[in-house]
Amino acid sequence: MAAPVRGMIGSTSIGNTTSFQKKTRSKLVSIPGTRPSVQNGQLLVSSGVSSLDYVIGGGLAVGTLLLVEEDHYDSYSRMLLKYFLAEGVVCGHELFLASARDHPDDIMQELPSPIVDDVAGMKISEGQSQPSDPENPDTMKIAWRYQNQPKVQTALASSVRFGHYYDVSKTMEPELRQAAKCHSFYQLQETPVVTASSPLPSPYHSLLKSIQTVIRKEGFDGSTPQSKVRNVLRLGLHSLGSVLWGDDVCCKDNPAHCHALTTFLYILRGLLRTSLSVAMVTVPSHLTQNRAVMGRIIRLSDTAIALESFKGSEKETNPLYKDYHGLLHVRQLPRLNCLSCEVPDTKDLAFKLKRKQFTIERLHLPPDLSETTVSP
Amino acid sequence: MFPELNSILNSTPDSFKSSDFILVSDRRADASFLIHHYLSFYLRAGCKVCFLGLVQSFSHYSAVGQRLGVSLAQAREKGQLVFLEGLKESFGVLLQDTSQETQPLSYLRSPGAGLEGLFRFVESCVRQSGDGNAGESWGPPVLLIDDLSVLLSLGVSVGAILDFTLYCQATVCSELQGNMVILVRCEEEDADDDEEGSNLLQRGLVHQCNLALHVEGLPTGYCRDIHGQMEVWWRQRGETIYNQRKIFHFKVHDKGASFFARGTSSAVL
Repeated sequence: MAAPVRGMIGSTSIGNTTSFQKKTRSKLVSIPGTRPSVQNGQLLVSSGVSSLDYVIGGGLAVGTLLLVEEDHYDSYSRMLLKYFLAEGVVCGHELFLASARDHPDDIMQELPSPIVDDVAGMKISEGQSQPSDPENPDTMKIAWRYQNQPKVQTALASSVRFGHYYDVSKTMEPELRQAAKCHSFYQLQETPVVTASSPLPSPYHSLLKSIQTVIRKEGFDGSTPQSKVRNVLRLGLHSLGSVLWGDDVCCKDNPAHCHALTTFLYILRGLLRTSLSVAMVTVPSHLTQNRAVMGRIIRLSDTAIALESFKGSEKETNPLYKDYHGLLHVRQLPRLNCLSCEVPDTKDLAFKLKRKQFTIERLHLPPDLSETTVSP
Repeated sequence: MFPELNSILNSTPDSFKSSDFILVSDRRADASFLIHHYLSFYLRAGCKVCFLGLVQSFSHYSAVGQRLGVSLAQAREKGQLVFLEGLKESFGVLLQDTSQETQPLSYLRSPGAGLEGLFRFVESCVRQSGDGNAGESWGPPVLLIDDLSVLLSLGVSVGAILDFTLYCQATVCSELQGNMVILVRCEEEDADDDEEGSNLLQRGLVHQCNLALHVEGLPTGYCRDIHGQMEVWWRQRGETIYNQRKIFHFKVHDKGASFFARGTSSAVL
């Protein structure tokens, strides 16, 4: 089950953009920080970068796996991972972070800080008083028809919004960060378990066991009773397939464990499909010598993107790319619970890191020859 | 079920060829929409379907099936559909201490041992006569496999998979006059071809099959309105050998797919 929203399946057509909500027999699953997809009713969470959400079809579906092929120096893929975790903190989701190179706490300390225009509701102290308006006019002279409408609350709880903006130049406040529940798995501190009978090498096996323990203990697979508030678990797995995970798929032409990473991804997707969780996995694909393995890894994940940064390559001085820091390739988009997937109108995408923000843009407009006219 | 594909292949749920082995393959594209077509086709035809869904969950096929007009949950309850969900039980099988050879998913624990457990499961499923509560008897058995090539990623060897398909073909097609539809996903042809690759598997299966549908992207590049091209290869049928190939372009919608001859897409005309 990739967590379809029950109410939406009952409603009539796809692409239904009205706010009409059919009365459903079962309770609508409403988890903070999620929204149902317009296309097929899937429950989506934001990846933290709103332009990336747009490119992959609205957001990441709960129960799926996002694969990010790292750029050469792992700078931008690490930034995407931090955006993903920061979005989880802001929405109140639970986090699970696994890494083999840097300690998970170090990564958590570098999370970007959210831009705070309307996140007054995010303060830890919940019982907040209504903002009083000293110059509140009692009667409206011009817009008098709106006199009796309820006042718009400016202090919206951040959990209602989908997708936030972050300031990369500042790190997140420690209080905000500590309010989120984070489970971590640091490969170098784990004791190796002898698993003679498993086809997976020890680090992957213990990582899977750790993920499954968290899912079962916190009830993401529905094993706890209904009274507990439903939440989403965000898994961030950094640099899988690198040598530090005990895997040699990145350093040898004919690795001894050539099926370790692919088996791991298959079983991870099985765990994700049966629980309310989303995973983002980064893989140093530029190190794999064997192209066939990368093809298999992409097919085993749901959404796959690749980052190619211009740093150090001859494209850095190319005038076509002077405004951008790298190219973004969308390798695969999932077809979940429907026949067709979100087809992008162009595949030429580039990303740039401005002073404060990471955005993804179209490199140039495609030729306008299509059944449906696309407004620029 | 896609009506245009039925007319191309000259088959309807009421009259289709039996003892057919259909191979669906793709290269850097996604041919799983054809699996949904065949699933709804054979359920409508009243056959007993054994579906090995190794890469997606049951609710995915069920949701698509509803849009194509068949209810998988109902078919499963009535006993017409037997669904093996590979993803759901995968972690449990991995953690088990004892691995029995006869378990269907035993290849997860010991990929070198072959697929005998999976074949025993398929055999028991297709040999059951219609002995459900209502005593309904279904048509000839059909075996559908969604994504045989994922077994390569799990460490099973090409030889073992080809043995498995040969056993299945002997049982399902020759002995029980049923049909078989298998999806294989390939990577691109590499100059330095690796021996244990999916291309080898696909070539081996193409020789065994009666009809091969190969889905690829357009050779000229990405297009929003034409999702790819499908090559239909009619191969051997009994004693007659056809060896006829045709290429069609297709576009996948929400409720189906439309197929048209090359160059006749509505975006261009």
